[in-house]
Amino acid sequence: MKKVKRKNKIEVENLQLIFGKGRAKQKAIKMVEAGATNEEIREETGCAVGIRNIDLNIKEGELFVIVGLSGSGKSSFLRCFNKLNHPNRGEIRIDGEDILSYDKNQLQELRRHKIGMVFQHFGLLSHRTILDNVAYGLEVQGIEPESRKEKAYEANKIVGLEGWEDYYPHQLSGGMKQRVGLARAIATEPEVLLMDEPYSALDPLIRRDMQNELLNLEEYIDKTIVFITHDMNEAFKMGDRIALLKDGEIVQKGKPMEFFDDPRNDYVRDFIADVDKGQVLKAKQVMDDVDVDFKANDSRSEVLSTLEDENMKVGFVVDENNKLIGRVTLDNVKTSRAKTIKDLIETDIQSFYRQRFIKEILPLVGETDYSVPIVDSKNRLRGTINKEVIINALI
Amino acid sequence: MFNFPEKLEFSIAGIIDAIVEWILTNLDGLFDLISTIIVYVFYYVETFLNYIPWWVMILLVIYIGYRLYHVGMGLVLGLLLFLIGVFGLWEMMIYTLAIVLISVVVSLLIGIPTGILMAKNKRFEKILLPILDAMQTMPSFVYLIPAVMLFGLGKVPAVFATTIYAIPPVIRLTFLGISNVDKEVREAGMAFGSTPFQLLFKIELPQALSTIMTGVNQTTMMAMAMVVISSMIGAEGIGEEVLVAIRNLEVGRGFQAGFAVVFLAILLDRLLQGTTKKLQGGDDA
Ligand SMILES: Nc1ncnc2c1ncn2[C@@H]1O[C@H](COP(=O)(O)OP(=O)(O)OP(=O)(O)O)[C@@H](O)[C@H]1O
Ligand SMILES: [Mg+2]
Repeated sequence: MKKVKRKNKIEVENLQLIFGKGRAKQKAIKMVEAGATNEEIREETGCAVGIRNIDLNIKEGELFVIVGLSGSGKSSFLRCFNKLNHPNRGEIRIDGEDILSYDKNQLQELRRHKIGMVFQHFGLLSHRTILDNVAYGLEVQGIEPESRKEKAYEANKIVGLEGWEDYYPHQLSGGMKQRVGLARAIATEPEVLLMDEPYSALDPLIRRDMQNELLNLEEYIDKTIVFITHDMNEAFKMGDRIALLKDGEIVQKGKPMEFFDDPRNDYVRDFIADVDKGQVLKAKQVMDDVDVDFKANDSRSEVLSTLEDENMKVGFVVDENNKLIGRVTLDNVKTSRAKTIKDLIETDIQSFYRQRFIKEILPLVGETDYSVPIVDSKNRLRGTINKEVIINALI
Repeated sequence: MFNFPEKLEFSIAGIIDAIVEWILTNLDGLFDLISTIIVYVFYYVETFLNYIPWWVMILLVIYIGYRLYHVGMGLVLGLLLFLIGVFGLWEMMIYTLAIVLISVVVSLLIGIPTGILMAKNKRFEKILLPILDAMQTMPSFVYLIPAVMLFGLGKVPAVFATTIYAIPPVIRLTFLGISNVDKEVREAGMAFGSTPFQLLFKIELPQALSTIMTGVNQTTMMAMAMVVISSMIGAEGIGEEVLVAIRNLEVGRGFQAGFAVVFLAILLDRLLQGTTKKLQGGDDA
């Protein structure tokens, strides 16, 4: 039995980024403190404000979406994560280490091994074949041609580019090019993937396909993804959690449902007005987090008290890899005399894949009072859902 | 009233003379060394070019023309070279070609790194741009004077003057090519942890290649033009033939030599352009 708490992969604290130099920049910083608007600051000092002040945590394995209008500072923010931009204040911790204080070598290591990036206009090297593009990150690491070729092939396969290895970028369609961009980013097996409006330059249909592919891929590659978009529908479709950015500050952040249930202000309300919930909401966005899960050999009495304390009617049992085994109900745990909960586990239960749209799940949940577990592609327990939650989400 | 007041006249000729004078007395050894090196290199290049039988050279041009373009182009280029021989200017052509080759190679060795530096360093760029402008508008004859003063008469000042005259395009276009590399492409390079060195050689230079090659081409053409002019300071070759024709007012002879220059220029131009296309590989989007 353990309290489930997912680790923060990235922690941003007090971050500020102002574009400018010398005295003008100092003045701009003072003006931010004094509460001047970005427009006033630009007129007065000529400095652009990228980020005013941001605090944010991104959890391990999460697909985190940053959404906002053009000029709201999304790119400025994202580019701080691999220090393409240099913030003038604050901290960005990845796995607890402040990367802003990294020296040149540490930064190089970070960029080579820990963070991959996908660009809006693909940023492909036109003089290289697709395979050599994908292998670029491996090449700068100094990996031998044979083994980097192998890895690049592998990455190509994952994104569905098999057979295109010897083509050049200009021979590919936009969607294909962005696959190359993605393959290049995952070829180095980074833990964090930064994606700056990766699909904005694509046609709507191709865009939808690419979104769905990424969602499926996300399950498979198991990375922390920071995804930027200016399109609210895309944000709600993709995001485990979302932060809405305006003028270099976060207006609201949280799970998609929190935006609908509790929009912070009119700006947020306006922003979500056009979102078509039925089209975008998926189990993973609506589900409740698992606060406590159980192991088969947990003692029955402890499980019972936990269930009662937490006011839960049902508890879910997982193995050591967090894979779902089954559930125990409060009633059974209460009435049984067994020492552990092992024999009380019901294994033949309904569960849903976290990427499914709740519109599809609704008719399948049936009339059960119990929550239904939500799992990822590896059958690991990620959350729970019940009929009430779904209906509330859709109206 | 309408004439420029004489009191305000001031000649900078004296200053430049003084500078050259100073260089001559103080840096004499350096120029001797440069001179010796150029003479040696020239000797080997010319000997090498002369060592190749004329028909081998023509066949080689035909073959390269065929590989870069098609058989027709190969034959045309071969014919141009053949005609130079028919005009009785083969040996002079070799001499001219040697000076051009050496000047172009020196231009590239100095020009490409300079262009890279300009693209990387704003201050350097600001200093160099006006100098390049000046160099490109300066009448070419002017370069002959310091060349003669520093190196006397003959092929060495010719190489020197030709290099100076021909170097601006390759500097400028290297600078341009590298500055114009797509911002996102460069950022992609950085985002994957390239060292500055890797960024330059794996991304910036390859991306700038076709622009740089345009510069190489222009530099070669300018060297061709200058090498003829530098016959005035004692360089032999086809230019000398033109010069003699001018002195004797032999129109036919002059044009014949002129055509030989044009043929050689076309030949070099096509070979360079073809190479550029081949180098670009898949990148003709
Ligand atoms: N390198 C830079 N130098 C100066 N100002 C910049 C720079 N990059 C961004 N800015 C300014 O910072 C502000 C935020 O820009 P940013 O590109 O982060 O917005 P964005 O949300 O990504 O917009 P978009 O959707 O258009 O990409 C803008 O006012 C922009 O002009
Ligand atoms: Mg942007």
